[in-house]
Amino acid sequence: MTGTTIEVRKPGLSTTVQDRGRAGYYDLGIPPSGALDQFAAVTANRLVGNEPGLGVLEAVYMGPELRFTGDAVVAVTGADLPPRVNGEDRPLWESFPVRDGDVLDFGFVAGGARAYVAVSGGIDVPVQLGSRATYALGALGGFDGRPIAAGDVLPVGPGTGTPGRVVPAELRPTLGKEVEVRVVMGLYDHILSPAGRESFLSTTWKLTPVADRVGFRYGGGRLETVERTPPFGAGQDPSNIVDAPYPIGSIQVPGGVEPIILHRDAVSGGGYMMIATVISGDLDVVAQSAPKTSTRFVEITLDEALAARRDHRARTERVAELLA
Amino acid sequence: MGETARPARYSWGGDEFIFVELAEEMSLQANFKAVAITNLLRAERPDGVLEICSANASYQVRYDPDVQEPHAFLAHLKELEERVGDALGVTLDCRVVEIPVLYRDPWTTETLMRFRDRHQDPEATDIEYAARINGYASVEEFVAAHSGSPWFTSMVGFVAGLPFKYQMVPRERQIVVPKYLRPRTDTPKQTVGYGGCFSCIYSVRGAGGYQMFGITPAPIYDPRQTKPDFAEHKVFMRPGDMVKFRPIERDEYDELEAKAEAGDYRITTKDVEFDLQPFLDDPDGYNKRLLEGLA
Repeated sequence: MTGTTIEVRKPGLSTTVQDRGRAGYYDLGIPPSGALDQFAAVTANRLVGNEPGLGVLEAVYMGPELRFTGDAVVAVTGADLPPRVNGEDRPLWESFPVRDGDVLDFGFVAGGARAYVAVSGGIDVPVQLGSRATYALGALGGFDGRPIAAGDVLPVGPGTGTPGRVVPAELRPTLGKEVEVRVVMGLYDHILSPAGRESFLSTTWKLTPVADRVGFRYGGGRLETVERTPPFGAGQDPSNIVDAPYPIGSIQVPGGVEPIILHRDAVSGGGYMMIATVISGDLDVVAQSAPKTSTRFVEITLDEALAARRDHRARTERVAELLA
Repeated sequence: MGETARPARYSWGGDEFIFVELAEEMSLQANFKAVAITNLLRAERPDGVLEICSANASYQVRYDPDVQEPHAFLAHLKELEERVGDALGVTLDCRVVEIPVLYRDPWTTETLMRFRDRHQDPEATDIEYAARINGYASVEEFVAAHSGSPWFTSMVGFVAGLPFKYQMVPRERQIVVPKYLRPRTDTPKQTVGYGGCFSCIYSVRGAGGYQMFGITPAPIYDPRQTKPDFAEHKVFMRPGDMVKFRPIERDEYDELEAKAEAGDYRITTKDVEFDLQPFLDDPDGYNKRLLEGLA
């Protein structure tokens, strides 16, 4: 099964090539990028017999329409974005074959936000700075440094997969309209007043439509800050700081309103107070949030965050063993 | 400058980041500490350390807590802080870089006119506003101050390859301007911007909240690496680069822009060793020596 390509007939809303991302360039403003839902992307690769870090397509809210030249095995994970081959339904979280000339498209999204399409052999765009991930703001990686467009022809690497491999239901994430996201407080949370801190954790925040690979913006209230004269170089608003680096997953609150969770295409630094950081595993939960998702931020300690990290890894390893 | 003598503030950024604020206020000394500590850490290359990001008066490290036990790693960062101390004895290998600027150019002027509803002073241009609130009698005087002393690249980031620059003058001569009331959705590529006490050069076209003063024909980001200054890196500016802005007229801009378009533009640079204490003792004299032999 070599020489397979994928012709993009319709690109979907903002479909990009992603993988596990790149490390080592964040100090130059180049963020990790990579699939926002890492568990779903890695699992999609495993379903089609790929190494976990190969290139997959990340589709958001709306699927692309793709025509295959050559045979392949395909799997779709993540959001409930039902795949179809030549108009016939195919299952999610399960590998299935496509033949030369087949057309893969998708029905309407029924839950979650981002689906991952893996193809045996992987989407074989060039590796840039150690990764195939698209970083569109910097015109870097992926297919020509941008989301795919109608008429693009995506190369597929050599590979063989086995149809009919399945991720059992208990290992699939639940996709809800109400989610809890665990955070470690810190960074500049001392700029919040005790009441501001309390309302951050007690408010049910609603995701606004401003949610993309850079950041997720939430509405729901104003957070009170302490009385404060911003330090030299910061700016005038009490929420301003001397421009600092932003951790991936950090939550910034410009002007005390509309908290923004920075995700894997984050701006790497800036001048707004950050008050907490989403734990690494729960970035997958954020990735599957669609606008209007009700979100509670739950404070945990670093030790609890490390335990959650072990749980997340154990689930990923269990899938790896099942699909090995 | 004694403000940086207090110990740094350490914070967890979830399970993968440690964030360190070396000083609340901006100062060259705080920036030097950030550069010095992160340089030490880079030289060590500890296992499990994925990202080392030096910033204006802070830094952060991304690490794998399965490889570096968080509390022990944090204690190690505190040791590095102690080793660097007040950073006064630190010298850095730096470059002096010349960036030509067409101040009040037509492209940023067109852009700022589109966003007057987001500005503090809709009746003035960004540079007129900045000159006035900083007490300069004219835009010409303001340009002379902005381009008269070099700038220290205190951080690279926000988006790929965007340098933040802090002017190498005493606090009382620092230019300070607010950011736009609401950020713009558009900024021309290679705009020279200003927010708080920082000048920046926008490396790519996109959103931005800094005041716009002019534009440079010098490319500073080349993801395809086809231009001669980018054979090794996609990003030109690095923390520690000292930048001299050279005001140019439209004719020279057009000439340099054509050169950049043809892939012939080379940014003028000079390697130097930068020494903090002598600079603090006599900034103007030090800057003068620094810029000798440039262009």
